[in-house]
Amino acid sequence: MVSDMLSSSLWIVGPELILAVGAMVLLMIGVFKGEKSAQLVTSLAVALLIIALLWLVFIAPQGVAFGGSILSDSFASFMKVLVLIGSAAAVVMSAGYAESERFNRFEFPVLIVLSTLGMMVMVSAGDLITLYLGLELQSLAIYVLAAINRDSVRSTEAGLKYFVLGALSSGMLLYGASMVYGFTGQIELTAIAASLAEGERSLGLIVGLVFVLAGLAFKISAVPFHMWTPDVYEGAPTPITALLAGAPKVAAMALIVRFAMEGFQPVAIDWQQVIVFISIASMAFGAFAAIGQKSIKRLMAYSSIGHMGYALVGLAAANVEGVRGVALYMAIYLATTLGTFAVILSMRREDGPVDQIEDLSGLSRTNPVMATFLTIMMLSLAGLPPLAGFFAKYFVFMAAVESGLFALAVIGVLASVVALYYYLRIVKLMWFDDQAKPFLPAPIELRVVLWVAGLFVFPVYLFVGGPVFAAASAAAQSFF
Amino acid sequence: MLGLQAFFFYIFAFIAVGGALMVVLSRNPVHSVLFLILTFVASAGLFLLTGAEFLAMILIVVYVGAVAILFLFVVMMLDLDVGQLKQRAVQYAPFGAVIAVLLLAELIIAVSGGLADPAPMTMTTALPMAETGGLSNIEALGNVLYTRYILFFQLAGLILFVAMIGAIVLTLRHKENVRRQSIPDQVARNPATAIEIKKVESGRGI
Repeated sequence: MVSDMLSSSLWIVGPELILAVGAMVLLMIGVFKGEKSAQLVTSLAVALLIIALLWLVFIAPQGVAFGGSILSDSFASFMKVLVLIGSAAAVVMSAGYAESERFNRFEFPVLIVLSTLGMMVMVSAGDLITLYLGLELQSLAIYVLAAINRDSVRSTEAGLKYFVLGALSSGMLLYGASMVYGFTGQIELTAIAASLAEGERSLGLIVGLVFVLAGLAFKISAVPFHMWTPDVYEGAPTPITALLAGAPKVAAMALIVRFAMEGFQPVAIDWQQVIVFISIASMAFGAFAAIGQKSIKRLMAYSSIGHMGYALVGLAAANVEGVRGVALYMAIYLATTLGTFAVILSMRREDGPVDQIEDLSGLSRTNPVMATFLTIMMLSLAGLPPLAGFFAKYFVFMAAVESGLFALAVIGVLASVVALYYYLRIVKLMWFDDQAKPFLPAPIELRVVLWVAGLFVFPVYLFVGGPVFAAASAAAQSFF
Repeated sequence: MLGLQAFFFYIFAFIAVGGALMVVLSRNPVHSVLFLILTFVASAGLFLLTGAEFLAMILIVVYVGAVAILFLFVVMMLDLDVGQLKQRAVQYAPFGAVIAVLLLAELIIAVSGGLADPAPMTMTTALPMAETGGLSNIEALGNVLYTRYILFFQLAGLILFVAMIGAIVLTLRHKENVRRQSIPDQVARNPATAIEIKKVESGRGI
């Protein structure tokens, strides 16, 4: 019986197994072929992530694995697809960077694959132990990746800062998890929900809930747990920043949604106020703090803090429209972020990469295609119709209105008006200001990512919006 | 039997508390770490008395064997200036005192409130531990660790794998101009390659 259960479980976690075994094989290839194998390992890592993606979509069955520790439902599948796309794009974009910066390290793609494995475990975590193990696997690999350029003081500082604060947040999360276990006697999320539905909620449980939410809020860099974000984004090698801004955010957001909706739906009223607070604080902070930034990597850090606030608006609604909104928001946010980072990685002159916003001025004359795409990205991040970003914001705000959170929706709209200023400033620099020195021509892989992401945001989303919306709706139904 | 158990309980408890006090009070940081190890060992004894032999062994292996020894290395390698540290501690003392008073007040309020009105403190108790059927708890853990909880075991293994890769990536440097030992070369030496015989003419020197 045990072996029956095991084999059905193994089918369900097929994509994760592919990544785990594949990462070890890639590492062996790297070790035996030496430093010059970095390009080969990078291409194989992309192939591996794509195979896992196809396996996930076409072969892997849905269901409950390992006695409830892994929940593989439509929500998990939707988020895992996003995570795999985000990671694959980050690996693709790192290929040229590693070459030009001369740190050809084959461990780089291997660690990204292992981190992706952690994210997939997070997304389908069914109990508190899986949740923690997935989170640690994901974070530990990213701490190393942030510090991987060890000859650069900035990169080392970014890695160390991220590690120390990340360890602190893990501590908070574990403390909260132990409280939850102590007061419900359960570690499985569904069992926690069942015991909450029948019993009276106790004070200790709420304390545990708040601590776990604080630990998770750190991972999505929501205010007031955002302090690490700008420094880490700026110091880490740019392809890692592109990874950090995309896939782990999606995974951690999925984890928060699952933790709140699967485990704590009976006490929604208690966590809703926490989510409303961090959502408002993140939106406001993201909007105002980004205004004075000079480095575009720092700007993207503040922008991502704000966007996590908008996504949390959907969770605060705690209804099926809200969860659908979060899923949709993360999909569109991921595409836009990847496109923007493809531009940032292309900002390179003869004397190395640059990351000041000033360097973009007059881009429309030297590289009109890139300027057009970056304009689309910026306006989509700002949330202007008819770009994809507008629909993302529309659905989370509608969900908030539907569950009666009018103030939250109004504050969200006001914050996006403020944020519009700094996105438009970049557009103005590119189209109306004096021409700066032109960039070197972008490598082919960056152009591919830019074209795919740019065309998705506008106008492809107008045509595929229906199916994406349907997938997000199916994902949201998992919790109801 | 109970008397003997109580006797050992008090011995371990006194050693643990005394050791913990000495960690804070001793002037030499190396002595502090050694007292910390003593406290760990005594705590392991306490675990053993309650029948948690697995926890007792883990405490010895992990805390004494790894963590405390690491502390010892750090303390001995870093040249700590205790006087300067004390001065800084005095600087922050008022701030610490305020926090201590606040925490104490909170504790008093929480406990007295809980005693006066125990209703909010009631909790759904955790399920009692399943009956192990006479197995020792290491056997009981072994029964589920590789079957029901195989996923956790494997994930923990992957985390250690990442930690290993990370340690190598971040610290290993191949230094140039360093002579390394090559065991195959050493083993392959024979008299023909190892020594060179020179004929020195008498009376000329080398």
